[in-house]
Amino acid sequence: MAQEEKIDSVGLLDENGLAYFIAHAGELEHPRELVIDVLRAIQKNHGWVPDEGVELTATILGLEPIDVEEVATFYDKIFRRPVGRYPIHICDSICCWSNGGEELAELFQQKLGIAFGQTTEDGLFTLLPSCCLGVCGQAPAVMIHQRHYGPLSADDVDELIERLRREASE
Amino acid sequence: MSTPQLLFKNRRPGETVFMEAYKATGGYSALEKALTKSSPDEIRNLVKESGLRGRGGAGFPTGVKWTFFPSDAPGPKYLVCNCDEMEPGTYKDGVLLAADPHQLVEGMILSAYALQTDVGYIFIRYAYERQAEYLRKAVEEAKAAGYIGKNILGSGFDFELLVHGSAGRYILGEETALLNGLEGQRPNPRMKPPFPATRGLFGRPTTVNNVETIANIPHIVNGGALWFRDLALTPGSSGTKLYGLSGHLNVTECFELPVGIPLREIVENYGGGMRGGRKFKACLPGGASTPYLTAEHMDVALDFDSLEKVDSRYGTAGVTAFDDQTCMVAATLNLIQFFARESCGWCSPCRDGLTMMRWLLETIENGEGTPEHLEMLKDQLKNISGNSFCALAEGAMGPVAGLLMHFEQEIVDHIEKGCCPFRD
Repeated sequence: MAQEEKIDSVGLLDENGLAYFIAHAGELEHPRELVIDVLRAIQKNHGWVPDEGVELTATILGLEPIDVEEVATFYDKIFRRPVGRYPIHICDSICCWSNGGEELAELFQQKLGIAFGQTTEDGLFTLLPSCCLGVCGQAPAVMIHQRHYGPLSADDVDELIERLRREASE
Repeated sequence: MSTPQLLFKNRRPGETVFMEAYKATGGYSALEKALTKSSPDEIRNLVKESGLRGRGGAGFPTGVKWTFFPSDAPGPKYLVCNCDEMEPGTYKDGVLLAADPHQLVEGMILSAYALQTDVGYIFIRYAYERQAEYLRKAVEEAKAAGYIGKNILGSGFDFELLVHGSAGRYILGEETALLNGLEGQRPNPRMKPPFPATRGLFGRPTTVNNVETIANIPHIVNGGALWFRDLALTPGSSGTKLYGLSGHLNVTECFELPVGIPLREIVENYGGGMRGGRKFKACLPGGASTPYLTAEHMDVALDFDSLEKVDSRYGTAGVTAFDDQTCMVAATLNLIQFFARESCGWCSPCRDGLTMMRWLLETIENGEGTPEHLEMLKDQLKNISGNSFCALAEGAMGPVAGLLMHFEQEIVDHIEKGCCPFRD
């Protein structure tokens, strides 16, 4: 397995995280099973996974970068491009659709002045369509940093955006 | 008559039960009983006799699946729990784990003992991070209590349990795609055979079971096979089931009710009827891939066999109901958009077929359809059914088949009027 002192995490993982993954990879018969764990950790620190993150993951796990890239690009919750501080996953599946999901998506786009796939100029919000979030009884729903919000009314949307803006400025 | 609560026994709004409270209501008594008094063979037979069928959607008898597993083969073997739960309309496993994660942990240890696997993985979707944290805590508690680790309860049985968080994509719920995902490979589904029981995780014998399936095992060990069968309302069925209600019902919560409960009970009683005094038009009885039921099916029992008789499927029992102002073409278009986007792109019936299907439904919904489009839709249903590499596209055909079976006239109306009759 890779030697700890030779790996520079280029600021994508903190020291403990890096040491943990190197040690853990060394114990496992199949270190590759940690690909998603490492990518998720990098994303948690950095907000998204840049090319250097793919290379770092490969180095830690003894893989080629292409092995990591073909996994990273498969998943919609691994971001290979920059996103805002709060990526908003808006559910567009059937239960949310039947409870005003399209209107909710429209409302978010209007309030933030961006379309799906775009990030607000202040770097705070990115809007992303998502398949079912697993809270079908609380439709229409969105997910931000693995937390669910639903059912959301128009007022709730204002309040949520306002709260996150406040949180970001603190 | 109220249904005995097994899986939701400890469920209280906003609370999560951990070791102390779980043990207080009999938690881990099944494990202690099994590991000290029963052989793995006896547990496997018990599960077979209980008639438990997979709760993840396919409904394959769990005990029969377990007989395919070479439990006496030397070397590493794996038990994998599928908590990818990404089929729209399905959220029961998420509710179960948020309420009572130790049930799954105890079930995993018991199942691993029955199958003689020394390592288990719980594969959990990205959106269920809260539940993943509860599970990690439950696993730590179980380790500290001596239920996980070496020589569990002096039985000589060793077991390690790991929680693997995923990163999105519905296809991971397909068991071989899930195994690739666990290995850190690109999660396209694998060719079957070989089946996972022969060559699964890391090429070793593997069984993949759903969360609710495994959570039932401790209850079956405690209550016995006959008791478990008697919980169901229809002959040939067994157990209770978690029904996640959604759509246009007044109450959209998850209930534990018997297998075999009639649709009417779900809609009128537990679901509290349709919102705004509207009429029930249709529902997906068990998730996005199950063909629609209509108002004429109100007295159909919700169980595996009864639903097959009316050309639908029990699936995951996530019931999504639609009121009489719903356009079924638009609803089906929404479902196909989901499946088309979640296709992994491996085989052409799915990658290209679903895209074609989406275009056809879009054309009809937008009022640009012709009778030829309707014929193409029927043709495309035939082309895709039975021809895809895995079950994703097959499942996607469920709502399309239901649309053509029950609502063909609605398609014709779109074509004749040149617009969607449900839009202003």
